[in-house]
Amino acid sequence: MKFIISPLGDQAVHLEFGGPFHEETEKKIRTVTTVLDDKRPVWLVEYIPSYTSVTIFYDVHCFAKEEFPYEAVRLEVEKLFDHLEPIVISERRTVRIPVLYGGEQGPDLQEVAELNGLTLDEVIGIHTSGVYTVQMIGFAPGFPFLVGMSPRITAPRRSDPRLRIPPRSVGIAGGQTGIYPIETPGGWQLIGQTPIELFLPNETPPSLLRAGDQLEFFPITKEQYDAYREGDV
Amino acid sequence: MIRVVKSGLSDTVQDSGRIGYQQFGVIQSGTMDSISRRIANLLVGNEEGAAILETTLIGPKLLFEEEMLLALCGGEFTPEIDGVPVPMWKPIVVKENSLLTIGTATRGSRLVMAVAGGFDLPRVLGSYSTYLKAGFGGFNGRSLLKGDLLSVNKPNEKSKMMYKQLMDCKTTSYWTTRWSVAKQLRPFVRESYTIRVLPGRQKNLFTEQSQRNFLSSSFTMGSQSDRMGYRLHGPQLQLSEPNELLSEAVTFGTVQVPSNGQPIVLMADRQTTGGYPKIAQVISADLPVLAQAKPGDSLRFEEVSLYTAQQLLRQIERSILELRIGIGLKLYEGGIQ
Repeated sequence: MKFIISPLGDQAVHLEFGGPFHEETEKKIRTVTTVLDDKRPVWLVEYIPSYTSVTIFYDVHCFAKEEFPYEAVRLEVEKLFDHLEPIVISERRTVRIPVLYGGEQGPDLQEVAELNGLTLDEVIGIHTSGVYTVQMIGFAPGFPFLVGMSPRITAPRRSDPRLRIPPRSVGIAGGQTGIYPIETPGGWQLIGQTPIELFLPNETPPSLLRAGDQLEFFPITKEQYDAYREGDV
Repeated sequence: MIRVVKSGLSDTVQDSGRIGYQQFGVIQSGTMDSISRRIANLLVGNEEGAAILETTLIGPKLLFEEEMLLALCGGEFTPEIDGVPVPMWKPIVVKENSLLTIGTATRGSRLVMAVAGGFDLPRVLGSYSTYLKAGFGGFNGRSLLKGDLLSVNKPNEKSKMMYKQLMDCKTTSYWTTRWSVAKQLRPFVRESYTIRVLPGRQKNLFTEQSQRNFLSSSFTMGSQSDRMGYRLHGPQLQLSEPNELLSEAVTFGTVQVPSNGQPIVLMADRQTTGGYPKIAQVISADLPVLAQAKPGDSLRFEEVSLYTAQQLLRQIERSILELRIGIGLKLYEGGIQ
């Protein structure tokens, strides 16, 4: 398995696997994270996968006998992954996310429709017909970076970002769609809100979604939304 | 119990941070100045990773409702117990019903207070650190407020030994040792800092002029700086050509440059990933020093090799180990005073 290895500061190495949005790249990333989870090398602190890379944080003091810890960890990483073949991603988990579109929950739905010359229902139809892949989790706890949104419902970021975006809002920014797990400031156009929590601080793992998951949205009514929130679903 | 009589600017419970959850987007948090945290904990007999209280620029007033062993480390503050100045970088025993006023930062910006036993709080995702933005961890996920009551765990055997030996050193309002932590071990606090960096992963995307400017100019720390990141003002740093990057991992000390050309140094409460080009990376050995910078201070950056950075990190580890052994020896000889 080929990759380019370089340092991120003095306590992490960055493994780069090639172009984005290729299944080959994704397979290599999954291979690395699976092997790290299985083997848990003593020097491993943690790792962060992204679109095209995995950054591995290591404990410098585990290489007390070696002259140069970075060189030592580079050899360890090569030993672990050089001779591996990328795993086959056989089955993906599919997670279905209910969304209450428009109204108070999606104050920018109208604007997204107008920008694209569509009706509100058409925007909802297009957004719910997509199958999205979670490329990575980052930015905020449980926040999924998704690919797979139709170019027919793109919308630029708002010129005046909101200081406060309610948790679980579903938004669009450029060609991307995403869900804000916690309240943050942000410039995405908000088209709806899900009643489902994405960040689960008391569970393991603390995120509903994981890199590699497939995701679908489906529309719900206000009554259904309230029922979800009250735990009736 | 410790009662908050008056809150400071931002008083949060922190430890070594939330480790292992960044892949789920959960930020690491933890003390800004890790050396002061580790030393403060050593001074009261705690494990180095125990939860401490971190305070920024203006500290709180705390009433100790019972006798307690504590240590104050970090930037230079003006702490007092019942109106009597109290030294930093030493173990201190406070009497029941003592009022500790942390005061304000005269140099540096952050102080940590460790108490023997550590704070009795629930761990969230393996850590006591407060994550303000998501409102969890530490004390109810927030900064301390007037009226809050902090309970403290039972001190361990080491702390109890310290406690006993210190009882021979009574002064008017508190008990303390004759020695304090050597100056060389403390983060160097001043008004202008030279911070050592490694080249960032996207350094070469910047114009040669900008790369030179970054290392030759002085930057001022902006008022919008906080535990998440330091916003610096200085010469505009430009890319050779516009470049949209995909988000990738960032870390403590990453220097990223958004489109306005003004660098941001990512600190303890940083996001896990970022899409701005990274011009530099502060070496780990200098992060505790950088943690003491405050808005208005001036910063310069100096590039060193990765080899040097890792050797410096080892030196810090050795010094802390020596301190731990030193304290241990004094303690077992019965002469902690």
